[in-house]
Amino acid sequence: MAVRESQEPLVLGIETSCDETGIGIVRGTQLLANVISSSMEEHARYGGVVPEVAARAHLEALTPALTAALAKAQVSLADLDAVAVTSGPGLSGALMVGVGAAKALSIAIDRPLYAVNHLVGHVGADVLRDDGTQIEFPTIALLVSGGHTSLLLVRDLVSDVELLGETIDDAAGEAFDKVARLLGLPYPGGPQIDRIAAAGNPNAIRFPRGLTQPKDLERHRYDFSFSGLKTAVARWVEQTRDAGREVPLADVAASFREAVADVLLTKAIAACLDLEVPRLLLGGGVVANARVRELAAERTAAAGIELRVPPLDLCTDNGAMIAALGAQLIMAGRSPSGLDFGADSTLPVTVIQVTV
Amino acid sequence: MLLAIDTSAGTSVAVVDRDAGILSELIEADTRRHAEVIGTMIRGALDQAGIAVTDLSGVAIGMGPGPFTGLRVGIAAARAFALGIGRPVVPVVSHDAVAFGATDPILVVTDARRREVYWSAYSGTDPQGLPIRASGPGLTGPDQLATTVSDFATYRRVDAEVVSAASIGLVAELLYLHKRPFASSEALYLRSPDVTMSAGPKRVS
Ligand SMILES: [Zn+2]
Repeated sequence: MAVRESQEPLVLGIETSCDETGIGIVRGTQLLANVISSSMEEHARYGGVVPEVAARAHLEALTPALTAALAKAQVSLADLDAVAVTSGPGLSGALMVGVGAAKALSIAIDRPLYAVNHLVGHVGADVLRDDGTQIEFPTIALLVSGGHTSLLLVRDLVSDVELLGETIDDAAGEAFDKVARLLGLPYPGGPQIDRIAAAGNPNAIRFPRGLTQPKDLERHRYDFSFSGLKTAVARWVEQTRDAGREVPLADVAASFREAVADVLLTKAIAACLDLEVPRLLLGGGVVANARVRELAAERTAAAGIELRVPPLDLCTDNGAMIAALGAQLIMAGRSPSGLDFGADSTLPVTVIQVTV
Repeated sequence: MLLAIDTSAGTSVAVVDRDAGILSELIEADTRRHAEVIGTMIRGALDQAGIAVTDLSGVAIGMGPGPFTGLRVGIAAARAFALGIGRPVVPVVSHDAVAFGATDPILVVTDARRREVYWSAYSGTDPQGLPIRASGPGLTGPDQLATTVSDFATYRRVDAEVVSAASIGLVAELLYLHKRPFASSEALYLRSPDVTMSAGPKRVS
């Protein structure tokens, strides 16, 4: 199947790797629709994303989201030049809903299909900014959400992405959820911690920064670990309660948030300096965290590094970023992915487009 | 003319027509590769039937019962395909396709994994040629079938490894022809999602 000659291909993107059903439509680098249907509320009572609950919700949300996105973009399926879909990484049962739908849709409308990498999609989201600035490469990308914490070196969006490091246990967003629960706050934890931390002292308690000791840095220079931090917070809260003292929730939240933001930015800035890449891009839902954004701005300014943060609805999981990456692949002359690819829950970030 | 899909057991895709019958049917017995094979099989079934998507009047889909992950791939594909061609989805209970054509009372049994089975009991075929579901679909342990299914002894047991999409399509054509109600558009999981409610944070010290 040949891609229709087009300077600015009209691409529909389907994203179902976690708990957001995202359908986006872009024309080249222009965002036309970004419809997100989240099953977050259904997970709230469990305190975290339940894969089967997420996958069931994707199945129900998918066609309504498709219809809504087409209406928002004011285009019809016949106008599309291609379909793009997240092949991985993510929750496999959730990914499969999007993969099955994308394949069927591409056959039904006779358009080529591009299977893309979710993490690279987060980087690709930045091309959709409408502030007139353009992303430059190489860039370091720090992607932080409830599902991933990854540090990437992106030399080229469609051909050269390298994984510098990632979490060796919990994702940063997961740590926020777990600590929120510990403090009796509802799910999702990020916004809750952010809210109460505003009144707290970030230096009240010195929580550990995972994998920052010299011996850890040898093997895990750019890797993250948040499980020890979570346990340290739990222990501190228990000891305070055991001693009959009231837990200063605002200080705990602020100090925990500071520890997360500090370690994220310390490693990201180190990567920029080590590799002499004067650019840092943030992506993922944790970007919504006020302190992470603030510290990123401070530290990049101090180090003379350009900071790029896409608008928040393009930072959380969404279909527009998948469509945008698909459009980039098309504009770079790539062939479609065919129909034989599957959902790959551990797709490496070096595989930007899946071809079988 | 219908495209028909079932992924409640293996994967099956077919093109059927009320007058011309089965125009094509592809079956893949592997129960772990639904997402990989669904596209190629849809493409293959259409090509073998030698038809254009514009010839189709709808998409018939087996709604289960079936293990979650695979079942959803077919339903997602059917819904997206139907949206793509601007035609309706026709939901069918997957076991009805297994019972289609059997005139004697049969008990359809399919694998539900985790040492359980899905079952539906059929008393025969009605004058329009549609299977009469007497009870089910249900979920039970393989050893509990005799106690779960009433009049168990009167049925001939049929264990299905794959559900034929062609039969799904033919059942759908008959439902449509005789203006009979379609199955519910809800996936027949018959199981709650696997969730263990947390009792709250555990102590770490
Ligand atoms: Zn993500």
